[in-house]
Parts: sequence; structure tokens; C-alpha cells
Amino acid sequence: MKYVDEYRDHKAVLAMADAIRRITTIPWKIMEVCGGQTHAIVRFCLDEMLPEQISLIHGPGCPVCVTPVEVIDHAIAIALRPEVILCSFGDMLRVPGSARDLLWVKSAGGDVRIVYSPMDAVQLARAHPDRQVVFFAIGFETTAPANVMAVLQAERLRLENFSVLMSHVLVPPAIRAVLDSPLNVVQGFLAAGHVCTVMGTSDYPAIVEQYRVPIVVTGFEPLDILHGIYLCVRQLEAGEAKLENQYARMVRPEGNLSARAVLDKVLRVVDQKWRGVGTIPQSGWALRPEYEQFDARVRFPVSQRSAEPASPCIAGEILQGHQKPCACPAFGRECTPESPLGAPMVSAEGACAAYYRYRRHRDTPRIGSGQR
Amino acid sequence: MTQGDPLQFQCPIPVSERDTVQLAHGGGGRMMRRLIEEMLLPRFLEGRSPTQAGPPHDSAVVELGGAKLAFTTDSFVVSPLFFPGGDIGRLAVFGTVNDLAMAGARPCYLSCSLILEEGTPLATVDRVVSSMQQAAREVPVEIVTGDTKVVDRGKGDGIFINTAGIGLVDREINISPSRVQPGDVILVSGDLGRHGIAILSVREGLEFEGATHSDCASLAGLVRDLLELGSGVHCLRDLTRGGLAAALIEIAEHSQTAFQVEEPAIPVNDTVQAACELLGLDPLFVANEGRLVAIVEKSAAQRALEILHRHGGDFRPAIIGSVGEASRGFVELRNGFGGRRLLDLLSGEQMPRIC
Repeated sequence: MKYVDEYRDHKAVLAMADAIRRITTIPWKIMEVCGGQTHAIVRFCLDEMLPEQISLIHGPGCPVCVTPVEVIDHAIAIALRPEVILCSFGDMLRVPGSARDLLWVKSAGGDVRIVYSPMDAVQLARAHPDRQVVFFAIGFETTAPANVMAVLQAERLRLENFSVLMSHVLVPPAIRAVLDSPLNVVQGFLAAGHVCTVMGTSDYPAIVEQYRVPIVVTGFEPLDILHGIYLCVRQLEAGEAKLENQYARMVRPEGNLSARAVLDKVLRVVDQKWRGVGTIPQSGWALRPEYEQFDARVRFPVSQRSAEPASPCIAGEILQGHQKPCACPAFGRECTPESPLGAPMVSAEGACAAYYRYRRHRDTPRIGSGQR
Repeated sequence: MTQGDPLQFQCPIPVSERDTVQLAHGGGGRMMRRLIEEMLLPRFLEGRSPTQAGPPHDSAVVELGGAKLAFTTDSFVVSPLFFPGGDIGRLAVFGTVNDLAMAGARPCYLSCSLILEEGTPLATVDRVVSSMQQAAREVPVEIVTGDTKVVDRGKGDGIFINTAGIGLVDREINISPSRVQPGDVILVSGDLGRHGIAILSVREGLEFEGATHSDCASLAGLVRDLLELGSGVHCLRDLTRGGLAAALIEIAEHSQTAFQVEEPAIPVNDTVQAACELLGLDPLFVANEGRLVAIVEKSAAQRALEILHRHGGDFRPAIIGSVGEASRGFVELRNGFGGRRLLDLLSGEQMPRIC
């Protein structure tokens, strides 16, 4: 399959791993920001092809994992209302709120539906004028244009029964938060290619300059990821810090201008809470006041406050790259994909789920080597 | 570690997950298996020794009046009723026929129970039943008994079908997970995931480049020919819910062996792969309705592959791996660049990923 096979070609992949080995002389810690990249790294065992000196640190880039518990509780409360059809991407359904998850709502009689595009939710709203259709709009910058288009489409169709429960997070402020942490050990970043496909790369030069840290915009296939690591290591070894674009086949410096225009029209940047991490200033998106009629928080306000349940889960440390999943005392014991204690064990892109799924049969895991 | 023992990661807390039935309980993953192993088997197999009960298999093989019979049942609740490459009627016949064939049986008789929803057009029912008749002729197998029930509108999904089947097993045939042993070779009869993606494409209104047709087919003829290999055929399993992954994991766990599977050797067609890439699904977990995995003695592997080619060379049958020693069964996938990863059951059904 084009755009897949050539980037999984084993000769090219092995040659790139060799190239990394040749240029690496001392230990480096590199964070891949995106959960999709984490998943590919663990699935294809890319970290095990790297020289011992290079450790990959898995970043907070799984939108499902970082969706705050109170937002999930809010979604559950909305979904329990008889007039509501709650639409969500599939992997959000199993993420636990403070007590329950959306799958439970479904089995308890709530109308919860998996959609593949927010436009499907708009169609549902048209087809069911007597029901309230709420789309659970989460994600990074990548999913935002489609979510915003759904709002604009609903406006165009004058739909009064469509709204979105939005919990959008932004990558550049998260990179800054990682770098600002006094515990930070990350020396270089692989930025998420698809985020930059939408947003372009203009946010990154300032970060590169301020923190003197290499950032390589990187794709998602094995060859992309190793190439991104190669470019990052090459900079680190040369004492350089610049922005490079490994994913040039998709990412233009200015991004997708029409997508950015609609994002700017409908959304404003706000402080945002990240599950397991805390509130990061100016790291989220919310609807602008002129689109308030499509805001599910306004339409279905809730009064109760959620509390993060006490648990041995160390999701926060994992999401910030301070620990690897297997360092968690609950990993594979109290915490499994069937009874997850934290979101990284639920989503396919969560670091814990990736380790659980692909690695737990090893008796001598190399994972975690070079870890702090 | 290729031959060693995996770590034990057992959850010390009891099954806490849920107190009501979830869709995932029928998804072919871990939750379904727990339901069967913890609620059903202890009741229904009470008083029978593990040897009498045998390892879990697509059919029960029982002795009756001097004959060795395979006996199985399956229910079909697919939506939509008609999909590219098949319909619920063909599924209901082939599904049960295939379960019989996996025990090495020659399918003989089926039952047909229809649960019809009030308001379903009779023309639809007629179309489904005609399709069953046609499918039964193709196998061939006879539908000899049945039942019909009608439920209130809204309490069914048009048509639900249950079929049960019996087949004759030759005395000398013994096909079972317990016969799998180190050194065996693992084959798959064709490319994976067509049924799941065909259903998804019509159910969700997703359109993929190139037509995706379900692989829905009878495997009885193929198995009949494979049995020419005699005792070289150790285990057969048709790939349904949970895909290749669920079948391999179950067999490996019950035979207490380590399966090493070469990922690049697993056939997946471009349309299915594209759909899976797009939706974040793994084709190894996507449903099939006309594919089997065969675990055979090494010396019989090439002949088995030839037979698979004779029955469907276009589907790209392949040798995908081998069986190694272990004291606890598991399946390990090796990719083209030497990486090894565990193939693990999902909790329930695969969920499309957000991005």
C-alpha cells in the first residue's frame, strides 16, 4: 500500500537504525510527543533498534488520556439524559470518569453512539429533530478542524439540537510545560506530524530558541520515526538546536491555511486542564462566545464537582515522561485494559496500554533502559 | 526470549469490571472469554473431567450409538442483514458448517431457528431463507428441522438466526488444540479482515477505495481435502470474531506452546489494510467468515499450502509461523526488522481510534 509499504520497508528501516547508531556517541533523551508515535514505537519495537544511549520518553500526546475526569463525568451526565444522543469517537467510551464510563451509560440505556466523523453527528441531529445530539469533541489540533466544521455546518443548517462538549488540547504549550518542569530531562523532541499538517510549524522556532532544544516534526511510520530520531540525534551530537521537518511530504510551514482560518473563526485559546498533568496555561480551545449556542456546557450545565479517585496510578508521571509504564506498581496488576485505573491504560494510544499489549510477555524487558 | 516463559501478570483483584452485560461480552475478546470460562463452563461441565470435556473447540465431538459426531451451534445477529459478499442467511449456514468442519467433521444436518421482528417485510425473510437454501446446497448440507418465533417490534433487529449442526467424524481423525506441538507450522487460508471491513463499510456508511466483499464461504470442501494429509493436521480453527489474533491466542494457550508468527507473511489485501490504517484498526483482530488457520506437522506444511492454493490461490494462503516450546502459551509477532511483540486479546471489540 502506497505511503505505508515504503515507510515500513525493512531494509530502509534497518539502514536508518544503523545510521542512528553510527552518529550516537553519548546518551540522549528524546521525547515523542504524540501517542500515535508511542503506539508505533512500541508496536514496531523501534526503541529496541536504537543504540543503548538513546532513551525515548513518551509524551502527553494521547488526547483520550489527558481528557480531564470532570469532562468525562460531564459527558456521562449528559448522556444519561433521555433526550440526548451522545456521539463520541470509539476509544473515548472506555475511559473511566470518577466512577463510570460511557460504555456503562450505553448498557444502562443511554443513547451513546460511536461516530467516525463529527459530520455524522450533524447528520444524526438532522435525522432526529426531536432529540438533542451532543458530540464529544476532544483531541489535539488534528481533529479540531473537522469538529469546527461540524459546528459551522450546524449553524448553516440552523440546527437547534446540536452541540459539542469540547475538550481540545494544544501541543506547543504542552512542550513548554515539559521543558518548564524542574524535573525535565528531555533534550530533544519529535513533534507530532499531523498536528503540524494543520497548524504549520510557526509555534516552534520560539521554543527552539528559548530552550535551546532541537525539535523535529516527525511522521508516524517506522521509517519516519527513526528518521526523526536520526535528525534529532544529529543536532544533539553537533550541539545544535533548530527546527527540522522530517514530515515534509505532509507538513508545510504555514500549515493548512483554510483549516486555520476556520479554527480561528470559531475557537479561542483558553487555560486547559490535562488529566494526570494539571492545568497548563493557554493550552486548550473553547468555542468563542458567538458560538455559545452550540456549547454543550452551556446547554447542559452540571453542578456536581468531580474528584479524581485516589489510586496508585502514576499516569501523571508517565504522561510527563518521568516514568515508564512498567515502573508503575499497578501496571498489569490492579491496572489492566479490562479494569483500567488510568486513561493511558485505556486508549490504544496510551503508553500503558501499548506496553501492556505488546510487551508484557518479556522476561527481560529492555524497555526502561536508560530511564532516569 | 523466544522459547522462555512469559511473566505472570495476574490481576489480584476479582473481576470488578461490570455488573451488567456489555457489548464487549460478545466481542470475541477477553471479556467474552471470562463470561464463558467463569459463568458457563463451571455450570455446564460440572461433574465432567477436563479430559472428557476436552479443550475449547469450535464443535463438541461426542460418541453416540457407535458413531463419532461433531455437534455445534451458533447465533447470527448481523446488521445489516445484507452486505457485500453475503447476507445473514449464508452466514448462518456457513458459520455452523465451518465450526463442524474445524473438528474434522463432514457436515450432515443443520437446524434453523428464526427469530423475526414484528413488521419485518416477508420479502426480506424470503430472501434470507432462499439464501440459506442456496448456501446449504453449495456445501452440501441438509437443513432438517427448525423453529420460528416473532418478537415485538423494537425487540429484534429484523431477523436473528440460530443454527445448530451435526457432522460425522472419521474414527481416525483427531483434530484439536491439544494436538498442537512444538515444531508444527501455522498456515492461514487467505487474506484477513474482509468480512469485518465489508460490514463496517455498509453499517457506518464508510466508503473505501475498491470494493470490499465479505469472505463469507464454506470451508467444508477445503477441510475435506486437508484431511487427506491424515494425522499431519493437528488443529484447525475458522477465524471469526476476534480475527486471527483471538484464534491463535486461544490455541497457543490451550496447547501451552509459544507461537512465533512472522507479521510480513500475514496476507491482508490493500483495501482492508487501507481501511484499517484509516480507522486505527488492526487487521489481525478484524472478523472473517471464510478463512481458517491450520496447524500442521512440519512435514505436511508444503502439501497443506498446495491444498489451500487449490481452493483459493487468489486469496493468498500462506505459511505464517511456527510453534515453539513454552510452559505457558502465548503468541509473539515478529516484524520485518526483527522486532518482537506480544499478540494479546482485546477486552472487547476494537474501537476505532481518534486519530
